[in-house]
Amino acid sequence: MADLINLIEDWIANLLLGWGASEELTLFLLQTLGSVLVIIICFVIVIALIWVERKLAGRIQDRFGPNRAGPFGIFQSFADMIKIFTKEYVTPEGAEKGAFNIAPVLAMASVLAIWAVFPFAVNVIGADIHVGVLYIVAVGAFGILAILMAGWSSNNRYALLGASRSVAMLISYEIPMVVSLLVPVLLAGSTKLSVIVEAQQPWWFLLSAPTAALIYLISSMAEIGKAPFDLLEAESELVAGYHTEYSGMKFGMFYVAEFLHQYTVGALVTIFFLGGWGGPLAVRWPILGVVYFYGKSFLIYLMISWIRLSLPRIRIDEMLNLNWKFLIPVSFINLVAVASVDRILLDLALPIWIDVGVLFAVNLLILLAALYLAGKSKPALERKEFPPRPVAVPPGTER
Amino acid sequence: MQSYWIYIGIFLVVAVAVPIIAVALPVLIAPNKPNRRKEEVYECGIETTGNIRVQFKSQYYIYTLIFLVFDIETVFLFPWAVSLGKLPLFAVIEGVIFIAILFGGLIYAMRKGALAWY
Amino acid sequence: MLLPALVFAFVSLVTLGAAIAVVTNKNILHSAYYLILTFVGVAAVYVMLQAPFIAVVQVLVYVGAIAILIIFAIMLTRRLMSKEMEQHNAQWVPSVVGALALFVVLAWIVYTAGWPVQEGTPPLDPISQLGQDLLTTYLVPFEIASVLLLAALVGAILIGHEKGMRREE
Repeated sequence: MADLINLIEDWIANLLLGWGASEELTLFLLQTLGSVLVIIICFVIVIALIWVERKLAGRIQDRFGPNRAGPFGIFQSFADMIKIFTKEYVTPEGAEKGAFNIAPVLAMASVLAIWAVFPFAVNVIGADIHVGVLYIVAVGAFGILAILMAGWSSNNRYALLGASRSVAMLISYEIPMVVSLLVPVLLAGSTKLSVIVEAQQPWWFLLSAPTAALIYLISSMAEIGKAPFDLLEAESELVAGYHTEYSGMKFGMFYVAEFLHQYTVGALVTIFFLGGWGGPLAVRWPILGVVYFYGKSFLIYLMISWIRLSLPRIRIDEMLNLNWKFLIPVSFINLVAVASVDRILLDLALPIWIDVGVLFAVNLLILLAALYLAGKSKPALERKEFPPRPVAVPPGTER
Repeated sequence: MQSYWIYIGIFLVVAVAVPIIAVALPVLIAPNKPNRRKEEVYECGIETTGNIRVQFKSQYYIYTLIFLVFDIETVFLFPWAVSLGKLPLFAVIEGVIFIAILFGGLIYAMRKGALAWY
Repeated sequence: MLLPALVFAFVSLVTLGAAIAVVTNKNILHSAYYLILTFVGVAAVYVMLQAPFIAVVQVLVYVGAIAILIIFAIMLTRRLMSKEMEQHNAQWVPSVVGALALFVVLAWIVYTAGWPVQEGTPPLDPISQLGQDLLTTYLVPFEIASVLLLAALVGAILIGHEKGMRREE
């Protein structure tokens, strides 16, 4: 009863072998079933997440959020889904048909493909490949390409401008993301995701590498285009950026991909810094590991939503300055410091809580030094002082 | 190990097939009445004027070039990070030299003004 | 034994077909898209050769950076954006003959050379093994790679630097 997932898997395998299927066909069918199950769970989660996000946004903005479609508005997502399925596709004139239609599929597929390598519980992992971390970064690159294709093939210069700015921002923030990912890889000694999660079991990497976690969170928030980095959408500026000309389910694909990407970032932060499926009794009962994994990812999702709903948008030149002049140097210095301290501590062979404490102190030191130095820099564009301008007042009240 | 990549292949096929089905389904159930006014390119409600292809800034290209150099640098750093536990202490210094050379390049780019977005 | 051969045949057909489409397509942006497909096909071949690290690095660097670079370069050049371009010039017959001759020579070399076959299995932890080799046996190429990347960075900045760019003090 404890090992529910493996029990079900063995039962299906025995069933298929009993029907006369060969070994390889059984494995193939089990793998197909597993991947379909993971993808269906992703879609179900996104439907729930859209409702959570809209309710949360409503409450933070001192309003109710959706409350008409069912009690507390829980059927709102289903209503939206039905509406989007029945909307007409309007293709702008002069758009390139091939790229225009492939872009939403590519954007969605690149986010879904990340779920192939996640460790859900102790021995429940889809594909425990040796290069798990690099696979995740490589698949994310397809999403960037999808944005470029969408912006170009719309035959709309605002979509093109939005897409180019998005791509410039996304590739800029990919560097601190990958460099801060090197820190958990270094601490765990492998790029296999299952080894990274198992290496965190008593002491999560959030304690050993908080600076890397912070940099990874900030860069990922820029990658998914959530505020304060949301000038990809910038609803009041570029209309809708690269997906201006999309309607119906193609727009729906971009929309769902964005929410799923936010949840996937939550899952990635969980795997790398929050101990993955770890928690009390997670090793004895793998089903608890799955619950912990999805639960922790949901907490990070809520945190990202909270930050998004509280902060204003920052300008693109401030954002790129932040990346190239602050995040990248800090992430490199952090990597060098953690690498040297970890290697020296490995030679000294102290008990593990001393290791964690020393690493935590080093990280905190770097973070405070970086924030102090950043506070002393001058802003990018000098603001001139303007003389006070005349203000219109009603006649008879002017001084 | 090969079976893991077969799983990834199957997963990718399913991950591409599900959005294709989702995008193809409305073709059956949604209306499709193309109309010349509907299909005009959007420009905040007015007629489109001017050339569609605007002149790009060259800053995009420079960002992509610098990103490419740092991307390859992180690719080199992955084997270093993984095998740091099994190597002598001097390996840390070797990696630091690698990072420091390219960090110097980043400082050069900053001073030259190549990273500014004007 | 049949299934790997089928998969390899499918992957190589896709790769070669995309490569032919790259050089024969009239629209240069579509050529760039087919080039991305070629890169992905080559990555699949690397996976079948049991080199997963090289496969994901191929996707990461080629599709993630170089393809975007190529597309931006196409977008920066307004003259290339016209839909129809000249596909060949007047000397296309000698060039086809030259390409076919090169192909025949390469195929003859590949088929008649005695490739030494080494017995052995891939290491259990390829990236760790790669790291250890890179930092002990091949240390000098590792450091020279960083100098090479620095040279590329400096060259890119020097070439792309516009005259009107402000400098940081």
